[in-house]
Amino acid sequence: MLSDAERAEIEEELSHYPDNQAGSVEALKVVQRHRGWVSDESLKSVAALLGMTSAELDSVATFYNLIFRKPVGRHVIFLCDSISCWVCGCDAMRNSLQNRLGISMGQTTLDGRFTLLPIVCLGACDRAPTMMVNDDLHEDLTAEKINRVLEQYP
Amino acid sequence: MDRPLTRNIKPKAEPLWLVEYEKVGGYESVRKALQTMTPQEVQKLVTESTLRGRGGAGFPTGKKWSFVPMGPDAPRPKYLVVNADEMEPGTFKDRLLLEGDPHQMIESMIVSAYAIQADVGYIFLRMEYGVAAARLRKAIKEARAKGYLGRHLLGSDFSFEIYLHTSAGRYICGEETALLNALEGKRAIPRAKPPFPQVVGLWGKPTIVQNVETLCNVPHIITHGAEWYRRLSRGKDGGTKIYGVSGNVKRPGSWELPMGTSIREILEGHAGGMRDGFAFRGLLPGGASTAMLVEEHLDLPMDFESIPQAGSRMGTGTMIVLDDQTCPVGFAQNLEHFFAQESCGWCTPCWEGLSWTERILQSLEDGQGRMDEIDVLTMHTKLLAPGRTFCALAPGAMDPLQSLLKYCRADFERHIHEKRCPWRDGRNGADGARTWPVSSSMIVPTR
Repeated sequence: MLSDAERAEIEEELSHYPDNQAGSVEALKVVQRHRGWVSDESLKSVAALLGMTSAELDSVATFYNLIFRKPVGRHVIFLCDSISCWVCGCDAMRNSLQNRLGISMGQTTLDGRFTLLPIVCLGACDRAPTMMVNDDLHEDLTAEKINRVLEQYP
Repeated sequence: MDRPLTRNIKPKAEPLWLVEYEKVGGYESVRKALQTMTPQEVQKLVTESTLRGRGGAGFPTGKKWSFVPMGPDAPRPKYLVVNADEMEPGTFKDRLLLEGDPHQMIESMIVSAYAIQADVGYIFLRMEYGVAAARLRKAIKEARAKGYLGRHLLGSDFSFEIYLHTSAGRYICGEETALLNALEGKRAIPRAKPPFPQVVGLWGKPTIVQNVETLCNVPHIITHGAEWYRRLSRGKDGGTKIYGVSGNVKRPGSWELPMGTSIREILEGHAGGMRDGFAFRGLLPGGASTAMLVEEHLDLPMDFESIPQAGSRMGTGTMIVLDDQTCPVGFAQNLEHFFAQESCGWCTPCWEGLSWTERILQSLEDGQGRMDEIDVLTMHTKLLAPGRTFCALAPGAMDPLQSLLKYCRADFERHIHEKRCPWRDGRNGADGARTWPVSSSMIVPTR
């Protein structure tokens, strides 16, 4: 079941389009903002609201790398692995993060604090290497800076 | 005014909000267009300005608009869509415009929509650009409150509304027709062309899809004229261009410069040349999908006419530099990993060919490559050439690969002869794998 707040936010998004299906990505993101990820049950509720079948909506949801159909940690780290960041040493940043968190790319820490994922070019290539934590961009990364940044996300 | 697009942008500062934006001449082009010009006159002016698309393809903007059905019998509603899905690796110019001057984006949309008589505008923004999203929302709200959006703008017959659509990843969404499917809430797979979106686009209605930087030129053309605009440039195509440089240079960054500024001036003058201890080997002139250029090409002007003479494209105009401390095979592997991951999976040459290409490059990097695999790579550059795949993603992936095979062939062969990557014990550490095993959509359960 969607909450009243979720329903209201989704309906606001739907008002931007002549067709409900067009609101599907924004609707899934509303649920994800509230719950951290999109469960099968949430997906069903959103599909019903939009007048789509669950299979149709899931085919859209699973197309996108930023719609989470599995649970993630409280904070999601997105480390850029595209060309400019790679040239500027993102492999070393990946090693740093993996060692510090004790997990590999794609995994979540046992305490549920962080999920570590790769992401494509973040459009801040002049400040490579870069990563996002949740919605925040962090640039000019070094191993030391990563340690400081992670402290900001309890 | 020699840098119209970025004149209001100050690093790390809040953008100009409506009152200040109007004080420096903001929304003047809307008044001028709606009160003194017909839509056809705006189109004609943009055509005369020689503005060409800044998203990578360089299509003449006025010509694109001319395909939109006009007049009372034209299908309605018509749409204007801003492609703000900047995701071409190495490209960081639209972020600057969106975050730095959101009202310029809104003004650009209004006058451009007037020219094609669009009823509704969508900004298709990538999810990661959260700062831009917040600033655009505020700018749209301010513009609406002031009467620049809504019914009968400035008392004219023209009505226009703008909505922000934030996406959820995937490079293919930046492809014009995949973007339309994404906006309709379908899987973002490209559509067959023709029909072209200008005639049959969003929900089957006439639609113009235009890059952020392209549109941001339009208000200045309307305010100052085509002749002024052409004179900003040093070459045949008018205006300025936001150029950028990333990689191991002294001052990576972006600069709005006259169209046709030479690569050398951008690379050595503005970016300060290579960092100490790094030597130049080549550069991709306009993002990950453009063919590499080398030393002999550095005096070419960065414009749509000159770069193709060297077998590449200006693309987005943001250069990625390859240095001597970075393995060219690893460089190619990283690029092809990106394209293979971001293939939408619709047409077989693309998903199958790019995955194969990526695997071969990985085996070369791991010291397990064979000489005949270089021929397989070369074969792919032909099998995935323009016209052999459904959209431009795979041909774009092959451009850097064929150029790396051409200019760095000895390095590919050295990996095979020495059965190892000669760079691996160097700066990047001896840790092995250069690619990351999972894509972003593959979250694995907690251990």
